[in-house]
Amino acid sequence: MTTFQAARLVFARELTAKLRDKAFIFSTVSFLVVLIGSIAIPAMLNGGPTRVAVVGGTSAPVLGAAALEVVEATDAAAAERLVRDGDVAAAVLPGPRVLALEEAPDEVLDALSTLPPVELLQAQPFDPVLATLVPLALAMLCYITSMLFGIQISQSVVEEKQTRIVEILVASIPVRALLAGKVAAITVLAFAQMALLVVIALIGTRVAGLDSGVIDAIRPALGWFLPFFALGFIMLATVWAAVGALAARQEDLGSTTGTVQMLILIPFFAVIFMRDNDAVLTALSYFPFSAAMAMPIRIFENDAAAWEPFLALAVLVVSAIGMLLVGARVYQGSLLRTNGKTSFLAAWRTRSTV
Amino acid sequence: MTTVLNVEAVNRSFGERQVLKDVSFSVGTGRLTGFVGANGAGKTTTMRIVLGVLGADSGTVSWRGAPVTRAARQSFGYMPEERGLYPKMTVGEQIVYLGRLHGLSAADARQRTTALLERLELTERAGETVEKLSLGNQQRAQIAAALVHDPELLVLDEPFSGLDPIAVEKVLAVLRERARAGAAVLFSSHQLELVERLCDDLVIIADGTIRAAGPRATLREQYTLPRYRIEVDGDAGWLRDEPGVTLTELDGAHAVFDLTPGADDQTVLRSALARGPVRAFAPVRPTLAEIFHEVIQ
Repeated sequence: MTTFQAARLVFARELTAKLRDKAFIFSTVSFLVVLIGSIAIPAMLNGGPTRVAVVGGTSAPVLGAAALEVVEATDAAAAERLVRDGDVAAAVLPGPRVLALEEAPDEVLDALSTLPPVELLQAQPFDPVLATLVPLALAMLCYITSMLFGIQISQSVVEEKQTRIVEILVASIPVRALLAGKVAAITVLAFAQMALLVVIALIGTRVAGLDSGVIDAIRPALGWFLPFFALGFIMLATVWAAVGALAARQEDLGSTTGTVQMLILIPFFAVIFMRDNDAVLTALSYFPFSAAMAMPIRIFENDAAAWEPFLALAVLVVSAIGMLLVGARVYQGSLLRTNGKTSFLAAWRTRSTV
Repeated sequence: MTTVLNVEAVNRSFGERQVLKDVSFSVGTGRLTGFVGANGAGKTTTMRIVLGVLGADSGTVSWRGAPVTRAARQSFGYMPEERGLYPKMTVGEQIVYLGRLHGLSAADARQRTTALLERLELTERAGETVEKLSLGNQQRAQIAAALVHDPELLVLDEPFSGLDPIAVEKVLAVLRERARAGAAVLFSSHQLELVERLCDDLVIIADGTIRAAGPRATLREQYTLPRYRIEVDGDAGWLRDEPGVTLTELDGAHAVFDLTPGADDQTVLRSALARGPVRAFAPVRPTLAEIFHEVIQ
């Protein structure tokens, strides 16, 4: 049996084990619920268009054009009754005069007032609030996914160590096949879950009638986000496996995984707090641990030259290979040390497995 | 018997502590080889080195005359000292998986798993997760995991600990069956009486060195003292004055005595017969426990 065949068997086992794992199913479902909720609830709260009563037809076309629902009333008294009953938010009487209960709705006033024509020299194709939120959401997604699935790699490694099945596994297949199969399976799952969320989000925003300009603007950033995220995830995946192998029991994971958690946490906060500082953001978009979060933001804001993502990706590839080798060596050096926690240095020096 | 596994001059240290010193022994096909030693004597380390889970500092392990390769190891079956299977995986799937890791096709692995679980009376538990099994059944599942790919060499670290007497017989029967089919079986145990009863060959290790190794019968002969047991009618106290005889035990009509070199057991027997009927007269063979205590001194 080749190493590749062995890795494939490990891959298949990890995949089925995870897909049956209640914690994994629960986390996927709850992500979906939160996502769908956060799209659907604001859309539902919006209710339908505001109803407004009109006496005398003159302002009806203006109001109708402003997407208000116009109700014709025969006279002022009828209109007032409609307002008092709550059937309409306001009534427009000839004059024009606006009748409302406690507060006149802004949409109605806006529709009636004549504003001077405005010409924007640099028009934003979409809502500026969304422009802030979308990159943030991507960075957040990247952060949560790396953390959640990273820890699962560590847990799955330490489970094999703690139950001692690792001895049987290592006696039959090469250690690197075990590592590769495991990392590949969790990476695929992390990606599948993320893809599911992104697709649902895109469909959801369409259905909820969100500004389609946003989706068009995200597309290039999202396109780049995926390779950056994939490489970034794989870069850390073997490190997660290595720190999992340093632990002897699940309880040790808190301390052995601390460093890797920092490698994700610090870049995340740096990106969040420094995103308005161009120089820092540019640096972060090349730094391998934050590239997946910072580069898409720069692309989204049209801040990066066409060649920049390629260069950053190249940096990421090189560091991913480096980390892969470090992670694999530490993993091999600590996998069979079952007496308590192994130190990084001891694991680095041990080359006992064949 | 053909010698298939050869461990030659293996040394291994953990830090400053040398746990194996020039360990050499061999294991043959069709035989059960018992590996006996106190806790910390080096049994588990030796087995791990044979399996390639641990590297030796020096020395070689060879299989059918050539250094052990990854491909050769695929035909080994291993039951580690500290038991472990995936707790949340079902017994059946787990054994199929381990079979496949040892190179079986999916269909073969499934078919052998079914047969083996049947043989070990675990069929009803095949669909349960390992964590739900009783300890004894977990142990059987572990043995199934070591046997599923029909290994040519079985290395079992304390396979009988934690088994009830019925399960011991069951597992023993399966091991004998494998040995008869041509497998080489090496297993360690603390239970000396058990090893004595079922092993063809013995390897005794103490403080990281092999103290004795070979076929059980040869070892027993080798460590047999010129010691005899006699039972007569009446009192056997006269033996005290018999030339070349040192009494070690006397209980009325029953006695155990050692002969000095050169003294003849038949002379003693004749002189006993001259005094009256002799009910029993036989050389005393040492038990494994006695040999063990002698060689580990």
